[in-house]
Amino acid sequence: MSLVSSANPIVGIGHMLALPFEVRAYIVGSLIAAAAGLVGYFVVLRRQVFTGDALSHVAFTGALAALALGIDLRIGLFGACVLFGIVMAALGPSGRADDVVIGSVFSWVLGLGVFFLTIYTTGAGATRGGTNGNSGVAVLFGSIFGLTAAQTTSAAIIAVGVIVSLVAMARPLLFASIDPAVAAARGVPARLLGVGFLVLVGVTAGEATQAVGALLILGLLAAPAAAAQRLTARPYRALWLSAAFAVASVWAGLGIAYADSRIAPSFSIMAVATAIYAAAIAATSIGSHRRTAAPRVRSADRSQVAA
Amino acid sequence: MVAASGPGGAALSWNVASDLRQVLAFHFMVNALRAGTIVAVAAAVIGWFMVLRRQSFAGHTLAVVAFPGAAGAIWLGVPAAFGYFGFSIAAALTIAAAGGISRGGEGFTEESAVTGTVQAFALACGFLFVTLYGGFLGGLTDLLFGTFLGITDTQVLSLLVLTIVALALLAITGRSLFFATIDPAVAAARGVPVAVLSVLFLVVLAVAAAEVSQITGALLVFALLVMPAAAAQQLTARPSLSLAITVVIALAVTWLGLGVAYFSVYPVGFFVTTFGFTAYVAAVIVRRGVDRLGGHTKSPSLVVAQ
Repeated sequence: MSLVSSANPIVGIGHMLALPFEVRAYIVGSLIAAAAGLVGYFVVLRRQVFTGDALSHVAFTGALAALALGIDLRIGLFGACVLFGIVMAALGPSGRADDVVIGSVFSWVLGLGVFFLTIYTTGAGATRGGTNGNSGVAVLFGSIFGLTAAQTTSAAIIAVGVIVSLVAMARPLLFASIDPAVAAARGVPARLLGVGFLVLVGVTAGEATQAVGALLILGLLAAPAAAAQRLTARPYRALWLSAAFAVASVWAGLGIAYADSRIAPSFSIMAVATAIYAAAIAATSIGSHRRTAAPRVRSADRSQVAA
Repeated sequence: MVAASGPGGAALSWNVASDLRQVLAFHFMVNALRAGTIVAVAAAVIGWFMVLRRQSFAGHTLAVVAFPGAAGAIWLGVPAAFGYFGFSIAAALTIAAAGGISRGGEGFTEESAVTGTVQAFALACGFLFVTLYGGFLGGLTDLLFGTFLGITDTQVLSLLVLTIVALALLAITGRSLFFATIDPAVAAARGVPVAVLSVLFLVVLAVAAAEVSQITGALLVFALLVMPAAAAQQLTARPSLSLAITVVIALAVTWLGLGVAYFSVYPVGFFVTTFGFTAYVAAVIVRRGVDRLGGHTKSPSLVVAQ
């Protein structure tokens, strides 16, 4: 990859985009990032980051189970993530599905994933192809450059579906997330929205697994959203900013991975997302030192917007 | 038993005494059991506090951070312990700092967002170290999912020393930590250094996670931290009793897991998590049964809804 890179960045970008796998990575990466940024905003707002963490492990097990059974990886991936999302939603709002339940369930699910990994790498699956040892790593840490044209198309369609559904439900979901009691009184179907939202999180986790890997989903969900929420208290502005940060992380990350081919794109994407968040923390903590009343005004502003 | 032949080339005879003798005939297996015992006790006690303090997410993140630590140490060629403890303690302090900034009155939970970002970034770093080092994919699976082969006498000794230090710290601070966990406001009013204790606890948690990950692998540490404690706290509300039950469950799960893994081709992590989860589910069922028998005031629908 690096042999066609150039000292001139414009020329370098031109070389990069002449490569079909780079173009595919940029297209699908942007769409997945936009979906993750939008969904992530609500994940952080609704305090479901730990559920997102759990989903990343479920994604691993689902993918490996599908591989061990010899079916399409994505069937297991999306099946497991969506199922887990529904189970979490079912256990959720009553308050009983606390972090201990989530933790116990997903660490066992991960143990099952190891079981499937062993079957796949040592059992009957291993005789079908020589590269089985790598597939566990690919699921865990992603292989955005390894996507085929057909996989890119389906991943892009699913990502667009997630974005459209989320934008469609954004208004009531925002209301139900910020003030559940008032939203319920006004007839917003909070419970249904909660289930629908976790299904979307599950689909996004499945999508993101293909791009940055199961273990790094959390970074794409949490970091851009938290950075955006630090910078603005206005919900819609934060929502779009979160998506923009996620897309920027993927673009810059893919560029870095192209410029230095030793660096895996999953790492550079995560590093950019983390850097954006760190910069947002630094910028806002300097700002809040200057005017100490700012946070209170901003949270008042927030509740006004909700009402 | 799906496949009755493990790393020792052993076959299961279903005669418990002779199987046990066979397991204990190998020095590596004795070391695995020693290390497993130490690790189980440490994970149980620290996990018990973690569950009580509702810090599962932080615990999981600290557990996972052991992976970049180990991978980084291999890449740089320094002793693994430096990597483990360096990364874990750095992550613990970052999460503790995040707890501090989120008290500023912001409208969203900064702490969980920072924790999640730390986790993803740490794992990404681990992956970077692995790719920069180049080609130890078999070793990568061991780092992530654990192995009980090849534990040396020195490793057992260092695990023992670390566990004693961590447990001694907990023993000294245990009462105030418990107080600060149950009622932070009253504890702070009585002069308990709540903030200092919470940072200290995160560091102890990080050290324990780094230690446990040498046996269970970075991704499965969390199972040994959360499951025994979760099961025990279902069974009893009395602190000392549930702490004791936690240790017993952790030991049983680890010993059984190691024993079964010895006779099987499947990794020890799978068995440890499965036995741990079984214990947890059993505890939930027992609890529900007791609730149903004893709790006459509850209507059946309420019990079902729970």
